[in-house]
Amino acid sequence: MKRQLNRRKFLIYGSATFTTSIFLKACANNTPSATENPAAPPAATPAAATSGETIKVGILHSLSGTMAISEKSVVDAEKLAIKEINAAGGVLGKQIEAISEDGASNWDTFREKATKLIDQDKVAVVFGCWTSASRKNVKPVFESKNHMLWYPVQYEGQECSKNIFYTGAAPNQQIEPSVDWLLKNKGKEFFLVGSDYVFPRTANTIIKAQLEALGGKIVGEDYLPLGNTEVTPIITKIKQNLPNGGVIYNTLNGDSNVAFFKQLKGAGLTPEKYPSMSVSIAEEEVKAIGVEYLKGHYAAWNYFQTVDTPANKKFVAAFKKEYGENRVTNDPMEAAYIAVYLWKQAVEKAGTTDLEKVRAAAVGQTLDAPEGKVTMDANHHISKIVRIGEVRQDGLFDIVYATPAPVEPVPWNQFVKETKGFACDWTDPAKGGKYQKV
Amino acid sequence: MGQNNQCPMPLAPFIQKSKRINQQVLAGFLEAIFNGISIGAVLLIAALGLAIVFGLMGVINMAHGELMMFGAYTTFVVQNGCKQLGGVWFEGYIFLALIVAFIFTAFVGLVLEKGVIRYLYGRPLETLLATWGVSLIFQQFVRSVNWVLIIAIAIFCLLFFGGLWVLNSRTNLERVRNWAIAVLLLLSAGITIITGNLLSQTYQLAVTQPWFGAQNVDVTAPTWLQAGMSLGGVQLPFARLFIIALTLICVAGVYIFLQRSSWGLRIRSVTQNRSMSACLGIPTQKVDAVTFALGSGLAGVAGCAISLLGSVGPNTGQNYIIDTFMVVVVGGVGNLAGSIVAALAIGTANFLIGSGTLALLLSSVKPLADFFTFFATTSMAKVMVFALIIVFLQWKPGGIFPQKGRTVDV
Repeated sequence: MKRQLNRRKFLIYGSATFTTSIFLKACANNTPSATENPAAPPAATPAAATSGETIKVGILHSLSGTMAISEKSVVDAEKLAIKEINAAGGVLGKQIEAISEDGASNWDTFREKATKLIDQDKVAVVFGCWTSASRKNVKPVFESKNHMLWYPVQYEGQECSKNIFYTGAAPNQQIEPSVDWLLKNKGKEFFLVGSDYVFPRTANTIIKAQLEALGGKIVGEDYLPLGNTEVTPIITKIKQNLPNGGVIYNTLNGDSNVAFFKQLKGAGLTPEKYPSMSVSIAEEEVKAIGVEYLKGHYAAWNYFQTVDTPANKKFVAAFKKEYGENRVTNDPMEAAYIAVYLWKQAVEKAGTTDLEKVRAAAVGQTLDAPEGKVTMDANHHISKIVRIGEVRQDGLFDIVYATPAPVEPVPWNQFVKETKGFACDWTDPAKGGKYQKV
Repeated sequence: MGQNNQCPMPLAPFIQKSKRINQQVLAGFLEAIFNGISIGAVLLIAALGLAIVFGLMGVINMAHGELMMFGAYTTFVVQNGCKQLGGVWFEGYIFLALIVAFIFTAFVGLVLEKGVIRYLYGRPLETLLATWGVSLIFQQFVRSVNWVLIIAIAIFCLLFFGGLWVLNSRTNLERVRNWAIAVLLLLSAGITIITGNLLSQTYQLAVTQPWFGAQNVDVTAPTWLQAGMSLGGVQLPFARLFIIALTLICVAGVYIFLQRSSWGLRIRSVTQNRSMSACLGIPTQKVDAVTFALGSGLAGVAGCAISLLGSVGPNTGQNYIIDTFMVVVVGGVGNLAGSIVAALAIGTANFLIGSGTLALLLSSVKPLADFFTFFATTSMAKVMVFALIIVFLQWKPGGIFPQKGRTVDV
């Protein structure tokens, strides 16, 4: 059999490929394109984004790769907020057009896409990022172009950029109140377990300093590489160091959580004797890990789906209507949802999408958010109520504690020497991102 | 001993105390052994399939982890099915899941061998790249699989391969073969896409909703496997005991299959000398397919086992692939016994270093104790184990039990 590629075969294959590609192209018209609306005429400057028929905003999250698990639902929440605002008449009389880019769980891609959104699409604002690594990677882009990013996830602090608004919790709005509560209600001896990267390590330095000040005691700590699922050595250490029970403070992230709680139960460490406090387990994670393993354990967040406010009832109902009854809402989703609303209020107050004016207008904005009243502080973080929830039978949280008032954000860590006494104030040009408080 | 009876009263509490300490040391020792074995058992069951595929056949199968993931997802499906039936079914679903996972992943492995690997024997680098690509496809497949995708794939296969089969019966096929394939490909792709679009537009969310999605799925062990029992001060989780037992059964099963069955004899002879086996009438291609399917099926069983301990999601396979290759390489390629020893050794080393037991044992020698305390976190223990493995492979590049004789050169 002859297998060479002669001219006739070449023509046959070539035309076949060509026709197929045209065919595929023609049939693929209903696949979701990156832009939701037909493109508006390209505008010249960021400030000129309003000159079109719509206001363009960028959404920059991972839609593929490892982080897609978490970031996909944040995108859902942001799109829901944009849809609601558009249905209510838009911003400054114009519709919002969302341009969604995929960071692909790759921090360099995040930087490229951020540049693309700013330079090519001329968006008025970007909502995006989840991991600290991706935020740290896009931060220079937003700072050099003097643009604006709204970041919706609880993080380790030690940062205060003029060009970023943080709607998730600063460490003092999640970790510190939960440690206080544990000391008061659950015991004085703590074992710290975390994934091996920046957030857990920073969180644990805060916890250590706090416990030292308040008379608690660290009996041990351990870090797992991300994705590691063998936790036998850790459980042995917990049993050795806490023979009579004690508190486990858990800053694990991702797959390791599943392994940790499954094996914790197998080893006979019950939540009655070994209560655990987690900072990265929310409603979606409970669903994936399995309620049987988590029932009775605690989590600290600013928002739970079970928060009892009128705004939250509306948010949950709207979300379920849009994306299906079996979906749940969680803290980062809520923070992303209110980020869009806070930005909208700032734009309306400024009367333009000019970045400087919006930035100035954003500070001091308040909103009756699903989590309760929030206020944008001069340090670009928002004040939030802190809550502690206990996992219950249906996979949602019973809120066992909530701070009586919203907690002011403190981005610079007051428990480590290098940043003790520093604060951040963007309303005063003399102070800026990091100044020594007197 | 006689002196003990006569010892004055003040010494009695001391003896009791030393007895208690002895008991503690004994319990600690037993616990270390048990935990080392249980970590090793997980490594071994994950690596067993690879020991056959990579060890015996020499195929660097990067998709091994994804075959485990398929096993874990099969467990998820079986679990959901048994939940509907309830009662005894749910308590015993794990056994059914093991069988179904073995059969399903063996089938996937068979398709993989027939479709990809068959063309790449003797070209390790291409195999590595191709199977890595396959692993990415598998990961994305479980993320986005829905009814439309499944129906589309089924229709395409039916049309394309069915068409080829029909054409095969024609006598003048050779002349029109290329035309036929081009036309068939175009036609079946077109029909598939149109059907898919029609389906998703008519039934909307019911057919386009992903089965599993990108999220991890929840595999809950039966209640009797969730708990544990205490034996002489050592806590033995049932899930761990189950995995150890399962590993033993699998190892024994593989050993008996390779050593006592006629297919095992053929597999061994083909691994030793392919051309001679072919001359003697052994159908080498069939043997390759069976071997690969067996290795894949064992990966499925491993996937089912790890769902008792860890997470089940699209990335599950990636968490294990490095460890499994490590076990096979340390054990020595082409040798099951080596894999067993390597898995147990790595497991025990991991536990002793990571849990700080080693640091505790060496507490009398201060500098050594400090050294091991530094490595006594899980991530640092991993660093140490990797370093030890590198040193070991420098000393014995062929692994614990290196291959001997002429086969080495082949």
